[in-house]
Amino acid sequence: MTIPAGWEAVIGLEVHCQLLTKTKIFSGASTTYGAEPNTQADAVTLGLPGVLPVLNREAVTFAVKFGLSVDAKIAETCVFARKHYFYPDLPKGYQISQYELPIVEHGHLDIEVDGVSKRIGITRAHLEEDAGKSLHEAFHGATGIDLNRAGTPLIEIVSEPDIRNSAEAVAYLKKLHQLVVALGVCDGNMQEGSFRCDANVSVRRGPDAPFGTRTETKNINSFRYVQQAIDYEIERQIEVIESGGKINQETRLFNPDTGETRAMRSKENANDYRYFPDPDLLPVVVTEADKERIRASMPELPAAKKARFESQYGLSAYDANLLTSETALADYYETVVKASGAEAKTCANWVTGDLLASLNKSGKSIEESPISATQLAGLVARIADKTISGKIAKDVFEAMLAGEGDADAIIKAKGLVQITDEGAIASAIDAIIAANPQQLADYRAGKDKLFGFFVGQAMKATQGKANPEALNRILKEKLAG
Amino acid sequence: MSLTPEQVQQVAHLARLELKAEMVPTYAQQLSNILAMVDQLTAANTQGVSPMAHPLGLTQRLRPDVVTEPNRREAYQAHAPAVEDGLFLVPKVIE
Amino acid sequence: MHTLSLNELAAGLKARKFSSRELTQHYLGRIAERDGALNSYVTVTPEIALAQADAADARLARGEAGLLTGIPLAQKDIFCTEGVRTACGSKMLDKFIAPYDATIVKKLHAEAGMVLLGKLNMDEFAMGSSNETSWYGPVKNPWDLSRVPGGSSGGSVACVAAGLAPVATATDTGGSIRQPAAFTNLTGIKPTYGRVSRYGMIAFASSLDQAGVVARSTEDAALVLQAMSGFDALDSTSIERPVDDLVGGLGASIKGLKIGLPKEYFAAGMAPGVRARVEEAIAQLQALGAEVREISLPNAPLSVPTYYVVAPAEASSNLARFDGVRYGHRSAEARTLEELYKKSRGEGFGAEVQRRIMIGTYVLSHGYYDAYYLQAQKVRKLIYEDFKRAYETVDVILAPTTTGTAFKFGENSDDPVAMYLNDIYTIAANLAGIPAMSLPCGFSEGLPVGFQLMGNYFDEGRLLNVAHQYQLATDFHRATPKGF
Repeated sequence: MTIPAGWEAVIGLEVHCQLLTKTKIFSGASTTYGAEPNTQADAVTLGLPGVLPVLNREAVTFAVKFGLSVDAKIAETCVFARKHYFYPDLPKGYQISQYELPIVEHGHLDIEVDGVSKRIGITRAHLEEDAGKSLHEAFHGATGIDLNRAGTPLIEIVSEPDIRNSAEAVAYLKKLHQLVVALGVCDGNMQEGSFRCDANVSVRRGPDAPFGTRTETKNINSFRYVQQAIDYEIERQIEVIESGGKINQETRLFNPDTGETRAMRSKENANDYRYFPDPDLLPVVVTEADKERIRASMPELPAAKKARFESQYGLSAYDANLLTSETALADYYETVVKASGAEAKTCANWVTGDLLASLNKSGKSIEESPISATQLAGLVARIADKTISGKIAKDVFEAMLAGEGDADAIIKAKGLVQITDEGAIASAIDAIIAANPQQLADYRAGKDKLFGFFVGQAMKATQGKANPEALNRILKEKLAG
Repeated sequence: MSLTPEQVQQVAHLARLELKAEMVPTYAQQLSNILAMVDQLTAANTQGVSPMAHPLGLTQRLRPDVVTEPNRREAYQAHAPAVEDGLFLVPKVIE
Repeated sequence: MHTLSLNELAAGLKARKFSSRELTQHYLGRIAERDGALNSYVTVTPEIALAQADAADARLARGEAGLLTGIPLAQKDIFCTEGVRTACGSKMLDKFIAPYDATIVKKLHAEAGMVLLGKLNMDEFAMGSSNETSWYGPVKNPWDLSRVPGGSSGGSVACVAAGLAPVATATDTGGSIRQPAAFTNLTGIKPTYGRVSRYGMIAFASSLDQAGVVARSTEDAALVLQAMSGFDALDSTSIERPVDDLVGGLGASIKGLKIGLPKEYFAAGMAPGVRARVEEAIAQLQALGAEVREISLPNAPLSVPTYYVVAPAEASSNLARFDGVRYGHRSAEARTLEELYKKSRGEGFGAEVQRRIMIGTYVLSHGYYDAYYLQAQKVRKLIYEDFKRAYETVDVILAPTTTGTAFKFGENSDDPVAMYLNDIYTIAANLAGIPAMSLPCGFSEGLPVGFQLMGNYFDEGRLLNVAHQYQLATDFHRATPKGF
């Protein structure tokens, strides 16, 4: 969507990212997705009278990892606060969150849109507990409450209002998603709600005008929906203002069926959350030593990995970006390089080319690839040591995809070993030249294009197994007479 | 600081309390008296004083990320006001 | 049997002079006979009691018993007891059968082998100083049935004073152990904040709540407090530090002990009969070799206003979970979600609880947080610093526990502020988190008077030592109410 001239949109995103801990943030109940309703709602999750929270170490570690990965400041002391509101999926009547002293502050993430790089500020990221789920459809006239999800640790990542359009918003979200998955702090599953986005959108008349009134569209659970919801909000707000109306500061819901947003009926905007430090929890201290220990345990981050791929493997920015978009893909690639001993660029071509194309076609992820990295390395190695030609390799690749075994077995079974014996190649060429005197005469008379004809005939005679380089050289000599 | 009956109703709404109408003026008077007593605090000089978190200045202990809680749904729902198929029921919620 | 001390009961059980079953039956009989006049129990648990007594007798027979094994105890109905109603004095939880045990319940029954006689009446959610706010009706003071036993642990003190339990647990958020102990001639101790686990104790004001004991002597209190105390990984505010030997230190001399008398606590406001008894107690301690000096806790007068911001604020939050969704009272009239909340909470909570929820909600709400809650937490720090400074020069601080003796029913119930001022001497210890206890020092017009000892952090042992030495020299704590 193009924003009409004379207008500017101002967008800030709040991302709720479920942490991949085994247990809840304040109790030892499991966080496994998809369990029977309320079977993971223990006494603390239910907010039974008398129970008390105890903080999960892993949740803190994950939040610190995230903070370090966006160059943020990790608070030496952070504090949990209670945020009060009544809702049936919020068992205690308050959510334990962080308010004045969050664990992560002042970070940033660099995004790229149409080749232009932009830095998006991250205001803060705080730890909090997730709410349960309300099932509105399950019962006639009643809402069912499942509290399995309640108490799952979240980090809420709040961006600065640095984003100006939906394309930037999506680029930021994708980058963030890639980052938290690479860090291993979130599974990134948007369908299951592990990574959810709220979009704060306002519009104003140009970059120097004061900020307009913003709306908050809640719980958008795909990149495409984020784009649609933001575009819809921008358009709607401009229309309202241009027709003399005013924007209400309100919470809105996105409807994926229509691509539209609507104001929530519950009057959530009249809330007074009455934050105060949770007296059941004490200040959380993260020391320099803690930070260094956590930093040392962090995997290589996508941005650093991309830079390394460019310098270490001599890859183009495009290939490096593609190969580092997922940790599993980057690992796959590096295994191929190491195990094949082949040129890094050739390996990149095979991974980004044939392999990704075949995975795309079958809708499989890299983890589900029918050809393992060591198998692909076996194939690439046979090209490198000239056992087979690149062309034959394509056939071997297809056979591997079809599950016919490793490259070596297929090459052997199908007799695909390249002919490198120059005597044999020369005698095959002799026979072809002898059989095609007219073409020979035409070629020698200047019809250079016929070279291809001879190559084709020679390849056919050797069933494609002739070493292409030797074949070309010998053929050229012989045709020249 | 004194509270009007309207303010009492607002606070009661925030706290989700239905007050008996005849109690509201009494509450307004009593709450105003309490707030008047509490207002002595404003006279205290607390400049530069940091608020108290824990009397012993302790910091938060961290728990290992290990599952310790089994499924006890049956026991926890045995005395719940309304349950069906393992879900707690409430009147239909409109978002 | 109901006049014996815990040590005497333990000796009798060990020598098999009587079994735990016999002892338990004796108490169950007394409860059935006499509690009608007092209303101290809301739930009596004879089946559990007899089963636990039999288990204790078996342990005793095997020679595996601890000191408290087989001795009956009653629990304030604020502690969750698995399978037993835990109502916290409220209609809201009238049908709440706790599905788990509080940590101290595990420690006292499963570990120490004590026998649960039942659950004790209390002010609703521990909010009150007279036990008149209980949904289960007021508890009467066995010393004068027309008077309150104090609160919120009114059931705890009434039953122990009347010999309907040898000892009872209690809790203290602003004086709820010490004031009722003073009103009923008992010894009650609130330890250092974080000393006894809060897990399973229904929260009133989390940063102030602390469990303790009411007993007929310091020695009894020390024995039970020892068994209740200790680190609990389920409570983030629990102190990770070994518990001192509370009983072993009781016999030490208090010669040279430095006692501070805060001048703010001895200013006007105390009834003459109370003042006289407290002054006699001071003289008695001096006779035992203690040195007395005046000290100042300049911010002490701000204790009550500070408390009535911090406690209601935390209470309004802690009580938000009672919404009629997962447990507790649900209004039969509710058709919408909003009605479900408002009617369930409007019907389930009594007037005092509603008042405190509203005060707490107000002081936390937008625009008032800094002026009230934040300011109160800062004043709290000043109060804490007063004590810290004081303990640089004295070992313990002595003060009255209450301004007067037990008052009549209805005397303060229409004026919350007057009721709140009852706690004027006890609240500061909760705000600072220091240990404090009350013990009997005589009578005024036939009603018991208590005095208070406040100690430095973790100094429960010293408090108990001073109190025990005082009780060795005096007989006030041995007096029991007529008719019980």
